[in-house]
Amino acid sequence: MSTLNMDLSNYRDLLKQYIRTQDETALYQAEQFSKLSMQQNISPEEIINVHIQALQELYPELPEGIKSSMNFLLEAMISYGLAYQEFQSLREQQLALKSEISVAASMQQTLLTTVKPEVEGLDIGAISIPANQMNGDYHHFVQNDDNKLGIAIADVIGKGIPAALAMSMIKYSMDSIPENRMDPSNILESLNRVVERNVDPSMFITMFYGLYDPSNEKFYYSSAGHEPGFYYNAAEDKFEEIEARGVVLGVTRDTEYRQYERKVNAGDMIIMLTDGVTECRQGDRFIEPEEVLDVIKSYMHLPAQKLVEQVYKHFERLQDFHLRDDFTLIILRKEV
Amino acid sequence: MDFQSCVNINKEWDIVGARQIGRDFARKIGFGTVDQARIATAISELARNIYLYAGTGKICFETIEEIDRKGLVILAVDDGPGIAEISKVMEDGYSTSGGLGAGLPGVKRLMDEFDIISEQEKGTEIKAVKWVR
Repeated sequence: MSTLNMDLSNYRDLLKQYIRTQDETALYQAEQFSKLSMQQNISPEEIINVHIQALQELYPELPEGIKSSMNFLLEAMISYGLAYQEFQSLREQQLALKSEISVAASMQQTLLTTVKPEVEGLDIGAISIPANQMNGDYHHFVQNDDNKLGIAIADVIGKGIPAALAMSMIKYSMDSIPENRMDPSNILESLNRVVERNVDPSMFITMFYGLYDPSNEKFYYSSAGHEPGFYYNAAEDKFEEIEARGVVLGVTRDTEYRQYERKVNAGDMIIMLTDGVTECRQGDRFIEPEEVLDVIKSYMHLPAQKLVEQVYKHFERLQDFHLRDDFTLIILRKEV
Repeated sequence: MDFQSCVNINKEWDIVGARQIGRDFARKIGFGTVDQARIATAISELARNIYLYAGTGKICFETIEEIDRKGLVILAVDDGPGIAEISKVMEDGYSTSGGLGAGLPGVKRLMDEFDIISEQEKGTEIKAVKWVR
């Protein structure tokens, strides 16, 4: 109460000064008064009330009509005051929500951590950046005892928290697949059953699974409706799309996935990605797939990790540093 | 509690009547201009809720006096459809009438004490109290 009274005498003096001098200093102090009032959660109708009281002290003979008009104004400001209070409380709730999500995001990061393995004869680069706080893309490396390298890359249709929850499920299902069943087609078939049983029918997950066997230098792979990757043929200096057919995970229980294989020669690259890479936008325009390849090509002389980082930086900048979709890019290069 | 005065709410115009009687009570009890305006706004919200969702009901007023303080009790009673999820309507930003108006959270902010009893298909009783500062 005492602070408000102090403000009233303060306000009255300021008002007096302004009426006398029309001075900018008084207006500047009025601005400070208004900010201070907001800090102390004083609503607009209270300020008008302070104004009315100051006015009456300055002009005891204030015409009745003016007095009534001020009361009218006070009444008209009540709803603004309420809206302001509501806004304050919503803002507090939003802050609480944000911090809750950031805890969840860091938990997700811990859950989905994957270590980029060292495989003799392979140079590996991987990057995955979420558009929002939580990542709906997923990639995972699995190194078996017999030195084979498994690479999973997946994308939930949709993003944010629901996508992230679905991804955590995929990760744990993969962990529980026995090591002797790590063929790409097998993995997709078991994950398909998990997704079909546990995920809402409106949510789809696409996935590409590749397995590199250093003993015969072959790459085995299957796809569940995932964004096609690219294969770089070093001998011909040409990129080609990695063709692999298969429906997205979770549509029907007994989907079978075809497994493909190809020999990997020295200098060849296998490029796996999510649609956050190929559907980058410059303004309103979607980029062409060739643009991705051109960018990869321009950084191809770099080690694989540097290469994927540079490609990311390129598209981050192209989109004004604001990703619209989660971005995941993995490149494997067979060393010479 | 035996209420000193009640206003029936049947049409939108009755909202004004309820405000008027509530404001007279508030002035007599000794509320200042700002609190009078707040009380009138709270009455508007309560009366409009009755008019919009229950069709008919009433708003009652009562002066309360304790040893060291005085206040106004507003009671809004209807036998309309009731409120299914009270916690939901008390959430900020939730409003079935399209976001305009302060809603019940607004009434709670305008007053010092606030309580709802509601049963589906039977009706709603809202009690709000404001003390003279």
